[in-house]
Amino acid sequence: MVRVLVPSGALGLGYDRTALQRGVAAGPDIIAIDGGSTDSGPSYLGRGVSKYSRGSTKIEWAGLIEARQEAGCPLVIGTAGTCGADSAVDWLVGITEEILRETGRTATIAVLKSGQPADVVQQALAGGRVTPLHPAPEISAEVLDDCTNIVALAGAEQINAALETGADIVIAGRTTDTAIIAALPLARGCHAGAAWHGAKIGECGALCATNPQSGVILVDFDDTGFTITPLADGAQATPHTVSAHMLYENSDPFILYEPGGHLDVTGAQYEALDPARVRVTGSDWVVAERYTVKLEGARRAGFQSVLLTLLRDRRYVENAQAWCDDILAKCRAKAEQRLGLAPEAFDLELRIIGRNATLGDIENRGGEAAELGVLGIVTADTADLVDEVAKMLNPYLLHHPLTVAEEQPTFAFPFSPADIPRGEIYEFCLNHVMQLDDPMQAFRLEVREVA
Amino acid sequence: MPELRDVVEKVRSKNAGPFWLTVDIFCGTAEAFQRVRDGISTERVAKLFGTDPAGMKRFDITSLNVVKFSLPRPAVQGTRRDRDMHGASWAALVAEMTLN
Repeated sequence: MVRVLVPSGALGLGYDRTALQRGVAAGPDIIAIDGGSTDSGPSYLGRGVSKYSRGSTKIEWAGLIEARQEAGCPLVIGTAGTCGADSAVDWLVGITEEILRETGRTATIAVLKSGQPADVVQQALAGGRVTPLHPAPEISAEVLDDCTNIVALAGAEQINAALETGADIVIAGRTTDTAIIAALPLARGCHAGAAWHGAKIGECGALCATNPQSGVILVDFDDTGFTITPLADGAQATPHTVSAHMLYENSDPFILYEPGGHLDVTGAQYEALDPARVRVTGSDWVVAERYTVKLEGARRAGFQSVLLTLLRDRRYVENAQAWCDDILAKCRAKAEQRLGLAPEAFDLELRIIGRNATLGDIENRGGEAAELGVLGIVTADTADLVDEVAKMLNPYLLHHPLTVAEEQPTFAFPFSPADIPRGEIYEFCLNHVMQLDDPMQAFRLEVREVA
Repeated sequence: MPELRDVVEKVRSKNAGPFWLTVDIFCGTAEAFQRVRDGISTERVAKLFGTDPAGMKRFDITSLNVVKFSLPRPAVQGTRRDRDMHGASWAALVAEMTLN
């Protein structure tokens, strides 16, 4: 049997310390935690940074390093620093060294990097070893050159290579969410379907149970199935909460693709062992003909500023759409004329908050609002151009009248300055897999002693 | 006619990676599941989202009393035209559908 302790769905989200202590006392073989995902958008991968506070990350990570020491087992994190880019891995390695220094501890750290140089992916693309998933954006050598970061998602093989070094702590770049949990059970010969299925159920911590924010769970793997045990007070896993977790963030609740194959849970059986624990058997692992890893890339998509104005005058609230349409036409014309720009050189958008800012054209509910927000979004290729267009939009959002004859109105700006530069923006541009001859071919493993 | 939200336990939507959106309708009971399964066509949901029904996936999961729809995101997560980074607000549209 292999016992995996999962402290929470992601480092930075917090975990229940009493429950973690129970997990340590239960004698885990490994402590595994996820460090991120694409869910917060392309900026983190684009910039290669973490979304969570360094202070929170350090406190939570220090707690896990202490738990590891006490349990005498390895600690592994996947997708370090939200995006798993090399720079985000270095960030967490730095925090780790700081913690070890400050607590006077020594440890061996294995660092697994997932970053892909553009030329490596370009060669793979040219060689027919990069395949689109559905739906995939068009890619080319140029698109890959535009990426500030490309990562490949490591699977169980790469995590096991890191664990085989005998390291106390494994800090991995981008991995699949499941790989860090499935790796050790697979290496020790547990049932492969159970290893991946239990990993999928466990990867969000206690989200597969009641009291989902409590975080800490144990997953026990063996040669026929796996057992889920939530550890916080009042947290219970039931066949319903566990099986329903396959729905979460999955486009297909029965099939999950991983490097080297796919998990099929169509035949899985969920059984309540007691009111809090669930036993799962009957999951299948289907080996693929080719070993592929998924790629993620974020490329530069220009610079952006936003402005917010608030309409409280009832006539303007009632006529907000016409007011916005008029501003867009006039401001676009002014920017084109005064800056000598082609229409496609910049993008100007006004979203009416309180009407349809969330859903846009597919919004189907109306209703009276006391006030509306108008969010101006200016995007262009350079920061200077964005700045110029945003400053041209500013007076319209402050004073634009519905009719020429009326006294000049003034709307509510919540801030000075009204324009808020968002800096450089990014977009995800890869939904592809890359074929490898050897699982370690696209990854780099380094071991360091911190004394 | 009741809205879906009056009949089911919960409707949830979320990204399934940057390129897909998934909507889970937790019906709660076998009776509610049957009403939703028979009363909500894939075509109606596609129209609601302004997408092609042929590109959607649908799962009627009896064991969980869940009806699940997945669709390619109309705007890839985080691109300029995307309005909801995590995709959680789309559930409201489904929850407000009338049930035949």
